[in-house]
Amino acid sequence: MSLLIQDLHACIPDREILKGFSLEVKPGEVHAIMGPNGSGKSTLSKVLCGHEDYEVTSGSVTLDGEDLLAMDVDARSRAGLFLAFQYPFEIPGVSNANFIRAALQARLPKGEELDAVGYYKKLYRRMDELEMSRSFTARSVNEGFSGGEKKRNEILQLMMLEPKYSILDETDSGLDIDALKVVSQGVNAMRSPERGFLVITHYQRLLDYIKPDIVHVMVEGRLIRSGGPELALELEAKGYELTHAA
Amino acid sequence: MSVETPDIADIRADSVGDFYFPENHVYDAGYGLSEKTIDYICDVKNDPDWVREFRKKALKVFEEKPMPTHWATTDLNNIKFEEFRYYLAGDRKAKRSWDDVPEEVKKTFERLGIPEQERKFLAGVEAQYDSEAAYSNVKKVVEEQGVIFMNSTEALQQHPEIFRKWFGKVIPTGDNKFSALNSAVFSGGSFIYIPPGVKVKHPLQAYFRINSEQFGQFERTLIIADEGAEVMYMEGCTAPKFETATLHSAVVELVAMKGAKIQYVTVQNWSSNVFNLVTKRGIAHEDAEVRWIDCNIGSRLTMKYPGVVMKGRRARGEVISIALANTGQHQDTGAKMIHAADETTSNVISKSISIGKGRATYRGLVHIPKHLKGCKNNTECDALLINSSSRTDTYPAINVRGNEHATQHEASVSQVSAEQIFYMQQRGLSEAEAMSLSVNGFINDLVREFPMEYSVELKRLIDLEMEGSVG
Repeated sequence: MSLLIQDLHACIPDREILKGFSLEVKPGEVHAIMGPNGSGKSTLSKVLCGHEDYEVTSGSVTLDGEDLLAMDVDARSRAGLFLAFQYPFEIPGVSNANFIRAALQARLPKGEELDAVGYYKKLYRRMDELEMSRSFTARSVNEGFSGGEKKRNEILQLMMLEPKYSILDETDSGLDIDALKVVSQGVNAMRSPERGFLVITHYQRLLDYIKPDIVHVMVEGRLIRSGGPELALELEAKGYELTHAA
Repeated sequence: MSVETPDIADIRADSVGDFYFPENHVYDAGYGLSEKTIDYICDVKNDPDWVREFRKKALKVFEEKPMPTHWATTDLNNIKFEEFRYYLAGDRKAKRSWDDVPEEVKKTFERLGIPEQERKFLAGVEAQYDSEAAYSNVKKVVEEQGVIFMNSTEALQQHPEIFRKWFGKVIPTGDNKFSALNSAVFSGGSFIYIPPGVKVKHPLQAYFRINSEQFGQFERTLIIADEGAEVMYMEGCTAPKFETATLHSAVVELVAMKGAKIQYVTVQNWSSNVFNLVTKRGIAHEDAEVRWIDCNIGSRLTMKYPGVVMKGRRARGEVISIALANTGQHQDTGAKMIHAADETTSNVISKSISIGKGRATYRGLVHIPKHLKGCKNNTECDALLINSSSRTDTYPAINVRGNEHATQHEASVSQVSAEQIFYMQQRGLSEAEAMSLSVNGFINDLVREFPMEYSVELKRLIDLEMEGSVG
């Protein structure tokens, strides 16, 4: 039982970006991936989710033993993989509440209807935890949201869909310190022995709030170092260049 | 192989309207159109002499007028007028009770949900099957208010004084080739008269059903709301999908007297072999309002530009339209706003969606002459393209003279982005579900203008159209 990535290679038409990436995220674990710009962190998250711009040339990814790479984008989601986007997209005219409801409905067997009362109860509770105003239920998904509101909305979706494995792609970017605290509390509330997290970040700051079990350093498409939380502090102090040299 | 004759053919589970019963007509004008066809129709319908003359004159106009292919699509040239039948009817007389309606006709409308809607929320219903209304009934409370709601064939005999006064006055025979065609062979359609001050609480509805192949349906609708009256009329249309072409060419005339208000709601879901060439126009007198709320789904070619002539001071005209063009379909729709008095206001909001190789065209006309004062027009047309082979065109003509008017025009074309679909799929929605959600989002603000019962239906129809559009 794990999200198991083995020797993954992926490219865009003119360039290889992932060059032998391997990592295992087990339920209950929080992994952090740090690395300089252009190291392939965001590509990793998109490849895992099945974005059509990237071609996997070799390697394997399994989710609890199932071949993830053979699944469509939506099937990967329903199998338990969630991505909190660095830049969430807007869906004009579709209310947040309807969108999340449709996502939950898509997880039910055909013919079964989501219990609307139970759904709204849970939605409101989760929104309260993220200090989101109720007006966000009726607003179009991410339309006119500030950067921070979009990130909260990603975590709201995470909390509603309760995925087994979550990837947070630079969730801290564009957040002020108060928003960062709220978002981190949301993620921490979801930590459990059944769920694994992969936190991608450029800065150590986020890891003060979401404490990782293991920290990895990614450079040029693969992991070059792994260690405990202290590695993040070391990176913060010395920068990536030193790590690179090591 | 079964040797039994099926009582219903070609049922497709994914389409509401795609089924038909074997033809069972008592009256059949045969193929092609000539004076003889018109005499046949007049004889069967027992038309008064003035109607026979009116029809024959219209036939001449139709024959003389060229196809409008100098501005419209050349697909019009593929209409073979000699291959259609212009009048098909079982019983000529509409029944007041569903129990008296012939079994297969009744079954048809039950499948389309009409009797159920009637019980739930309608003030009156007319159900037309090929050329004639099979059922026509209006609730007693509405009748007691003096409201007249019947098919136009009955009306021209029972209420000639009101009928003749307005018939062909809003849309003259020679308005265009297809209004002339309709004037020559019209049959069925609704006639509605609302007495002064009467506000009809629930909508009146007509349903136009084509059951027969190589057939043309030419209903004629005339609605008159007298001073201060208010009415909402809704029409639905479907036909089964035949190998050959079907023609639907209606004329709809609305008259809103001083302070009256007419809302005309259309949800058409034609199969993709139907040529749908419809002329719709309303006259709004002083302080009156005419609103067209129009949803065009399906058909091979739809040409329809609902119009409002704002004839009295402070009259208002509005067109809200949604068009959805799938592969093999061309929705050529729009609006005509003719300002003919001071301080008149018009509003046009049009949204179109092109799927696959579908093509949506917006054609608009706003006319404000120089001698008027204080007129306002707002036009917004937005197009959404689903696939890279989808097409949209916009032809707005805004003809505003004088400088004491306010007009505003906005147009946009957008495409459902791959990133937006990826985002939704990452949340577990299939590609088709994601597309449907995007499209529903795009038209969401307009769907709210439809009565609730219709907006649910609309959403379902759009989901059906989106299903085959991806991959």
